[in-house]
Amino acid sequence: MLLLLQYTLIFSSVLMLVALGGCYSEHSGVINLGLEGIMVIGALGGALVMRFLPASTPGSLMVLLTLCGAVLFGVLYSALLAVACINYKADQTIVGTALNILGTALATVLVKAINMKLSGGDDVSSTIQYVSAKQNFVAYFGSFQFNWFMVIAIIALVVAYVVLYKTRFGLRMMACGEHPQAAASVGINVYKMRWSGVLISGIFGSLGGIAYILAGVSEWKFENGVAGFGFLALAVMIFGQWKPARIALAALLFGLFRALSNVYIGIDFLANLNIPSTVYNMFPYIISLIVLALTSKNSKAPKAEGIPYDPGQR
Amino acid sequence: MSNPVKEKKSILRSDGFQSLLASLICIVLGLLIGFIVLLFINPSGAAGAIGAVIKNFMNYSRASLQLKNLGNTLVKTAPLLMCSLSVLFCYKVGLFNIGAAGQYVVGACISIYAALGLGLPWWLCLILAIVVGAVYGAIVGVLKAYCNVNEVISGIMLNWIGLYTTNMILTSVKESTSPYTLHLRDYAPASVLPGVGLGGLFAGNEYVSIAIPLAILIAIAIKVILDKTRFGYELKATGFNKNAAKYAGMAERRNVIVTLAIGGALAACGGAFLYLTDYELWEVTTSAVPGMGFNGIAAAFLGGLNPVGTIFSSYFIQHITSGGAYVDKNLYSSQISDLISAIIIYLCGFVGFMKLTMKKMSASKAAKEVAAVNANAEPAAKSEDTPDQAAAKTEKGGNE
Repeated sequence: MLLLLQYTLIFSSVLMLVALGGCYSEHSGVINLGLEGIMVIGALGGALVMRFLPASTPGSLMVLLTLCGAVLFGVLYSALLAVACINYKADQTIVGTALNILGTALATVLVKAINMKLSGGDDVSSTIQYVSAKQNFVAYFGSFQFNWFMVIAIIALVVAYVVLYKTRFGLRMMACGEHPQAAASVGINVYKMRWSGVLISGIFGSLGGIAYILAGVSEWKFENGVAGFGFLALAVMIFGQWKPARIALAALLFGLFRALSNVYIGIDFLANLNIPSTVYNMFPYIISLIVLALTSKNSKAPKAEGIPYDPGQR
Repeated sequence: MSNPVKEKKSILRSDGFQSLLASLICIVLGLLIGFIVLLFINPSGAAGAIGAVIKNFMNYSRASLQLKNLGNTLVKTAPLLMCSLSVLFCYKVGLFNIGAAGQYVVGACISIYAALGLGLPWWLCLILAIVVGAVYGAIVGVLKAYCNVNEVISGIMLNWIGLYTTNMILTSVKESTSPYTLHLRDYAPASVLPGVGLGGLFAGNEYVSIAIPLAILIAIAIKVILDKTRFGYELKATGFNKNAAKYAGMAERRNVIVTLAIGGALAACGGAFLYLTDYELWEVTTSAVPGMGFNGIAAAFLGGLNPVGTIFSSYFIQHITSGGAYVDKNLYSSQISDLISAIIIYLCGFVGFMKLTMKKMSASKAAKEVAAVNANAEPAAKSEDTPDQAAAKTEKGGNE
């Protein structure tokens, strides 16, 4: 049971981080379907830092640099979405999808190239290992493995609430997602606000990415991307009706179902049911479909999301 | 405005030409950026690698091997074309069918199981795959029409559900010692798509089947349905403006569901087109959704969202994807071609901007020429248009 709690909390943290990232972007008016790709690239940035920093690096510095690496990669990558969708009015769905496919392809090509170079051609896998570096992100309370990303997710939650509802910046950003022309008429720079929204989603998306690959394992095969987790996060965001507090609750629910597939063998009751493991793997996706079907009807989505900003339109 | 200046420009200013030009720009830029990534990884082999990707089957020197491998590329082009038609058809109705990837997997699953598990003949396998694919696509449609669920997110969820279910179902027809399904040729020869002698054209390539001409015929059929039938017009009208379509008495919910069912059928048919040739075997430990459906997105947009254009763009995408197998494996990985396709999809996002720029350029050019004609002509009231107005008119006309 403790194991279930541990996995639920860590997967919820990942979902919360990414969903909150998506929340900023959508409130500014840009649908960020590329979160999946941003997670992969963020994870790549963090994994490369862990791979190349000497093992003697002090733990806290290692953590800090890993996070910086992830965020740097993620923000740069999300700029690709921003420039296409905000400045060139590209279709947000196409560009988001392109970023998802590009993220996995780019990470695979780069990691394979690095592995080949370092091993002199023997290692052609797309896997990065970070066994020792991972220890810096976790602490043990008895048998409970505490992960620092749980704290980061809670901080992100509080920050999101305060920024979106209590600051001038956040309220202005949300105005751009509801009615950009009206926002522009009172002197708000819509382009700047949307850029901020997308770049912030890059920060949180990449943090979620690095948190995900550090969640249960100590090596990652980049060929697999992040297995639809970015989209699960989008489902969490929709279920949470674009509101931080509800997103947190939705993330806990989805995190629980995701965790079940990792730990059901350890729970006698579930193991006795003899359900094949693939069913547990499918669980989060099925649940999210049901949840979406039930909650999308009265969607509280930002009104102007998905529509490129055209200053001449009223 | 019936002056000769406009007549001469008509080809350059036609929408089809601009789409073609925009697609070519995407391809060239995509290859260029891919080349830069290769340079970044290893400068010495980059030119050779990008050359290998572009050459694909031409990497072989013997003519018969070239033909055989051209055949292999075509065998995989047929499913890709079906996936891209699926994406294209739905996009015309304003729906982004990213679920094509999962519908393709479902088509593969049903056709393989119908062949190996049920021992059905090839045409029944194909029909069964299409029907189940249509139902699978319709799930997305129902969720969209009645529950307002974003089709992209439900599509992705169904992709993963489809993948895991497929792995589970096909475990019953796999080889006992490997994670691959059994060879159709050995265990269900009646289920293999007939070659009707087409293989002879490709140096005896046994995998070349009726799937290839069928896929092309379906592409043309889609073109006719979309452009020439009332049904296609209704669907497109729903895509342009759902509320206007509803107001005009069209069943907009039914249209959404039907569209996604057709999309699902097309993509599933693609899955059957590949796996019923026995060219590939399904690996029941597959842990990522196959890229075929995603490449279909690239092909659909690269083809300028025109079914006939898609035939060529599908071939191109498959050509470079197959070409990825020929890069020097000591320096690069074959995923470099996935990277190039992804870059091309990204660049396709800019097509609207490119076309707008082309229109502006040709409009300002036309305006200048109209001004020149007007200046040469007598300063009479023959032409009511000032150059600016003429430009505005032509621009408007071009946008339609």
